[in-house]
Amino acid sequence: MFVTLIFLGLLALIVVWWLLPQNLAREPSLVHGAIEDPRPDEYFPPAKMGLWVFLVVVTSIFALFVSAYFIRMELSDWRPLPDPGLLWVNTILLLLGSAAFQRARSASQKGPLQTIKTSLIAAGVFTVLFLTGQLWAWQQLGASGYFVDANPANAFFYVITALHGLHMLGGLWVWGKTTVKVFSDVAPERISLSVELCTIYWHYLLLIWLALFGLLLST
Amino acid sequence: MAHVAIADEGQELHHPKSWVTAYIWSQDHKVIAIQYGITAISVGLVALVLSGLMRLQLGFPDTFSFLAPYEYYQYVTMHGMIMVIYLLTALFLGGFGNYLIPLMLGARDMVFPFLNMLSFWVYLLSVIVLMASFFVPSGPTGAGWTLYPPQAILEGTPGAGAGILLMLVSLAIFIVAFTMGGLNYVVTVLQARTRGMTLMRMPLSVWAIFVATILGLLAFPALFVSAIMMTLDLQIGTSFFMPAILSMGENLEYEGGSPVLFQHLFWFFGHPEVYIVALPAFGLVSDVLSTHARKSIFGYRMMVWAILAIGGISFIVWAHHMYVSGMNPYFGFFFATTTLIIAIPTAIKVYNWVLTLWRGNIHLTVPMLFAIGFIFTFIHGGLTGLFLGNVSVDVPLSDTYFVIGHFHMVMGVSPVLVLFAAIYHWFPKITGRMFHNALGVWHFWITFLGTYAIYLPMHYLGFLGVPRRYYAYGTTDLIPESAHTMNAGITVAAFIVGTAQILFFINVFWSLRKGKKADPNPWRATTLEWQTPQTPPAHGNWGPELPVVYRWAYEYSTPGSAEDFIPQTDPVDETHPSSGE
Repeated sequence: MFVTLIFLGLLALIVVWWLLPQNLAREPSLVHGAIEDPRPDEYFPPAKMGLWVFLVVVTSIFALFVSAYFIRMELSDWRPLPDPGLLWVNTILLLLGSAAFQRARSASQKGPLQTIKTSLIAAGVFTVLFLTGQLWAWQQLGASGYFVDANPANAFFYVITALHGLHMLGGLWVWGKTTVKVFSDVAPERISLSVELCTIYWHYLLLIWLALFGLLLST
Repeated sequence: MAHVAIADEGQELHHPKSWVTAYIWSQDHKVIAIQYGITAISVGLVALVLSGLMRLQLGFPDTFSFLAPYEYYQYVTMHGMIMVIYLLTALFLGGFGNYLIPLMLGARDMVFPFLNMLSFWVYLLSVIVLMASFFVPSGPTGAGWTLYPPQAILEGTPGAGAGILLMLVSLAIFIVAFTMGGLNYVVTVLQARTRGMTLMRMPLSVWAIFVATILGLLAFPALFVSAIMMTLDLQIGTSFFMPAILSMGENLEYEGGSPVLFQHLFWFFGHPEVYIVALPAFGLVSDVLSTHARKSIFGYRMMVWAILAIGGISFIVWAHHMYVSGMNPYFGFFFATTTLIIAIPTAIKVYNWVLTLWRGNIHLTVPMLFAIGFIFTFIHGGLTGLFLGNVSVDVPLSDTYFVIGHFHMVMGVSPVLVLFAAIYHWFPKITGRMFHNALGVWHFWITFLGTYAIYLPMHYLGFLGVPRRYYAYGTTDLIPESAHTMNAGITVAAFIVGTAQILFFINVFWSLRKGKKADPNPWRATTLEWQTPQTPPAHGNWGPELPVVYRWAYEYSTPGSAEDFIPQTDPVDETHPSSGE
């Protein structure tokens, strides 16, 4: 469970950092008046905060899987499976998807609407290609006899990639809503937040994928 | 100001247009809270009836024969799971969290009302899936609420097949529902506090629900992950948890899996879960005690720190549930130490409750009776926890009734007493009516004394070595005749307490129709929910203007003030003329 505990430890540091300026040591009964909260002046949209909290939950799911992976790996029946070369291609596709979102995000602040539209479409296409590639990788493994129930290493591979893929699918649903919004020309600031949230989500899931891919390669 | 409540930015607040959107597909946190509450209490009643059936079997094994052994295990399992997850977690967080967070913080609603609505409906779906397992051919799972593999999914365990599958699916759905609700509670506390509501002015109820929600968001994934892996073991024959097994004379296809891995994941969720239930109880009871003792909570800062400390430490004590799993003794030493350490902040809270009462102007109202009752049951349940936290004491007691007595006292009865305290306390605000006082007092005394009659003897049975999880004991030298008599006595007490809960329901239904119209602030409390322009609060909670907070939440019996309480919204500062606005 060390991976999970390390993650929780890092999270605890963030919480402590956030709590420090909140005057937790000041006797509250002596403080009167409509005082302001010690908080940055910049407005932080609730949706963005919600996304970050959600990403923490997502991380803890993956951290637990990785913990379980390490514990299960220790047992004698573990036979590592070969890493399909296709995963490298898929990783690059996901990177490109993330980069396209980054481009849409910068465009949503100052650039022309056309750039947002093309970047969003590109991001969607790269992501769909990534998912197709992942399914193809499954196909290849299955064809060479690495079935999900044949060995725990296989089972973990399928479960972890499936879970990551499902998160990407969920992201694609939000991507769809955002793209429809962009093409139906709603208020620019609403687009900008949606694009930003998608971008954060894609970057984060890219990071998670890189970590998982690293784990699969190294074990 | 960074945090303006959402509705005032012209966003979100969803206005219901018809009866259906106002009461069924409602996005109003108060309606959702009541929906959560009714669902949780209904499913809790099912679990209560199951425990009654189990008690009949245990108390009078030769008199009643309508319960077969396999049904006994199914009822044990469903009773435990329903009570811990579908009743307590749902009612504290989905019910009271939903109702109180926006009102106590001066917000108009949760920050994501649609998600909040979805949270309830997905929760209801999880309950329906769970209840459906009563109607499949195999019946519900009888694996015990901890669902330990390998037995949980093997043929021969009651409910193998459809029963266990429905349980795992239902849990996964519940976790999705909880995550949607939890995101709301956390972000609402972070982003939607009204002007002047700093963290250190939040009532302890909000603090506790906030931290409990964070625990839930981090701990439920462990249950989610183990539910997924066990479903795969069950359905497609992977071996995450399943070792090589010879079952009913034939080799199963599993090999090499680790049942202990499941235990780690399960208790990594399971122990924080104790605090997911206990922390909200701590918070709510603090507010009830302070209000009805007309005294500011003793050591507010310490209470907040203790909540945070308990929340943090609760993640590193999980393996004290696994002392008998054969783990490394050094681990046992580590987890026994952390377990004893977590008793410190918990004890601080208990001392502070007692010191809040000390020299208070105690009003023995019904909520106060339940709150004080909680202090008793929690101390008794907590102290036996210290016994069980030590490896050498736990090992002989682990499989006995001592454990049943301990955890029913500490996380069964105690949180339920707080739930009753909280329901009676906020009933006037939620319904606009006062409850019937005498009925409430009877309800308290029968429940409180009755629970001692039920659970105290169980500790003794445990010391005798009476094992838990047994359908019937027959005649053995191990269990003397007196223990059988005691078991019968426990059953009688359980029936009296169970039946007495009817008083509560009569009270609720009678008061809804005939109860005296409630004053907006019948307990003369300081916190924001009692200062709403309407009672019950209207959609949007506040009038055109959001309340502004000028002081902390526990301004009771302040020397020099005319009343014995000063609401958080009161800007007139008689006690500290130099400070304030």
